[in-house]
Amino acid sequence: MLYLDTLPKGGHAVIEKVEQRAPLDPIATRLGELGFVPGEAVQVVATGPMGRDPIAVRLGTSRFALRRGEAARVGLRTVS
Amino acid sequence: MSATESPQTPASSLHIALVGNPNCGKTSLFNQLTGSRQKVANYAGVTVERKEGFFTTPNGRAIRVLDLPGAYSLDSTSPDEDVTRDVCLGRHRTEPRPEMLVAVISATNLRLHLRFLLELKQLGLPVVVALSMMDEARRHGLQIDVAGLQADLGIPIVPVISLNRAGVMPLLQALDLPFPAPPVPLPAGLDPHMEVRRLLATYVVDPASGTDRLTDRLDRVFLHPVWGPVILLIVLFVMFQTVFAWAQPLMDGLGNGISLFGEIVLKPLPGGVLHSLLADGVLAGAGTVIVFLPQILILFLWILALEESGYLPRAAFLLDRLMALAGLSGRSFIPLLSSFACAIPGIMAARTIQNPRDRLVTILIAPLMTCSARLPVYTLLIGAFVPHRSVLGIFGLQGLVLFGLYAVAIISGVIAARVMTRGVKSEEHPLLLELPSYRRPNLRSLALGLWQQAVMFLSRVGTIIVTLNVLLWALSSFPLPPAGAPGPAIDYSLAGRIGHLMQWVFAPIGFNWQICVSLIPGLAAREVAVSSLATVYAIGATDDGAADRLLPLLSTQWSMATAFSLLAWYVYAPQCISTLAVMRRETGSIKTVLGAAAYLFGLAYLAAFLTYHITRAITGVP
Repeated sequence: MLYLDTLPKGGHAVIEKVEQRAPLDPIATRLGELGFVPGEAVQVVATGPMGRDPIAVRLGTSRFALRRGEAARVGLRTVS
Repeated sequence: MSATESPQTPASSLHIALVGNPNCGKTSLFNQLTGSRQKVANYAGVTVERKEGFFTTPNGRAIRVLDLPGAYSLDSTSPDEDVTRDVCLGRHRTEPRPEMLVAVISATNLRLHLRFLLELKQLGLPVVVALSMMDEARRHGLQIDVAGLQADLGIPIVPVISLNRAGVMPLLQALDLPFPAPPVPLPAGLDPHMEVRRLLATYVVDPASGTDRLTDRLDRVFLHPVWGPVILLIVLFVMFQTVFAWAQPLMDGLGNGISLFGEIVLKPLPGGVLHSLLADGVLAGAGTVIVFLPQILILFLWILALEESGYLPRAAFLLDRLMALAGLSGRSFIPLLSSFACAIPGIMAARTIQNPRDRLVTILIAPLMTCSARLPVYTLLIGAFVPHRSVLGIFGLQGLVLFGLYAVAIISGVIAARVMTRGVKSEEHPLLLELPSYRRPNLRSLALGLWQQAVMFLSRVGTIIVTLNVLLWALSSFPLPPAGAPGPAIDYSLAGRIGHLMQWVFAPIGFNWQICVSLIPGLAAREVAVSSLATVYAIGATDDGAADRLLPLLSTQWSMATAFSLLAWYVYAPQCISTLAVMRRETGSIKTVLGAAAYLFGLAYLAAFLTYHITRAITGVP
């Protein structure tokens, strides 16, 4: 499966699932509260200046900065 | 204004709270509703800002409104969100449960904000929705069926535009109506995200899918891998330039004003103890600190403007990688930037960091960011000991030394954070930062923010700084020297004796007893050390020329090694009781504060020791 941390800059996709890294993973919970839920469209709009961390993601009308470790919890399916 | 037109109506006071996501327009609404009738303080026990205000509705209903910290969910992840959750649930220790909630929701970000509103429905409190930024939503091509949405949610919705009084009038009128019934909670098992999706699909016509094209375009530049950091550097450079350049004339003016005031008020008084108390204790103490007000306000103006415009989270994004080197995340950047003005607001700003250890480390290294109170000391010593000449034809040597002091402090902060975060097996440092739409800063909000900073600063000067200065004045004036005794009077005073005692500790780093004495009041406020040195050298620090006359004196009396050693000391030493007090309040742990003081004093002593001996070796002074 494709994950948000490997989605290239400019790439569009739809969220398939958000994975828990641990039971009651607080980061996964917060991702859900921020609107990272199955069925939502995401787009990577920028990547960090050094290395490739962090990434800026557009989710509907909001934008979020995430580290790749956080983004790696978000499983995607690509849109045709 | 209609708010005061009907005083005959019996005023039944109503207690409401504003609640909403970060960046929902809550603060502008609060400012528009209450104007200057605000009280800013902290919640008991935690340094979360508590903002309360008062206003009257058109029918004369008196309303007390609480601006709760922005939250994404009642399932809290930071001390800020804890407060919001506890107040909403009526669990807060000191804060009564509001009678009604005004949920502020931005029309430009309905998907995120409606979800939180659905959570608020579960509370069983009456709710009115203030739908903000309708004007902006319309510009993005969004059409919202407000009446339909209101009927479906079972919550009254009033559109507000927080730019002027007329824009918030619908909300004021809604507050005159009887309370709406508490909304019916979502049925158990219904996914709030599905519900939000249904509401959006039914009531929002959204031809351009509601994207904010301007923000997209600006982000392409500001978040660009190359141009982004370049622009950030330019912004920071211009910011620090203006903090020093624009503030100078204002500071000079203030300084002159204070000495003029001193002359006019103190001239008629007879010399003696009272005159000395007022001149050397109160005026010299307060005066040397008040002159920094312009510098602090200009720095805060920048920080407030950058925050309101939406740029600050972008800066955190750009610097996240750099902060990762220190074992932190981009979230720590904002508190650390504030610490260049003063560590106190910086430490307070750390409350937005969710990871408790990141927050603690940020608090612990905040005092290493060179605060504006160190500048007078740096300026004095550099002026006295660093020759005024240029390097490579373009840079002034004195400016380079000053820059070096800032750089050394930052590098030390990074290393200290690195050491503190090392070894701790920490899973992650969440960034998860919202990048809000860019917005033109609201002048009214900026002015109110600056006003609050000025009041807080001046009340600090009026209380703790003046008190400690009077105390120091007493210590350095009594006991009086015997009649006809040679040498300065301070030699015979308690402070003089303390200074001589302290020398046992400080002689190895080259401090004489005069420096030791001036370090004591420097604990109240670092910059006071300059005026205390003047007092100790019996110059009289009542006028702002004291520093000018101190300069040649120091350059003849101190060795270069001593001066550099003191500079090194000042880079690290946690010489500020207020900072330590805020740390105590913020972390709730006296052990942490003692640990911080120990590590910072340890670094200061070590750095001063090395500087002293290396400089002696180089300059060839035995």
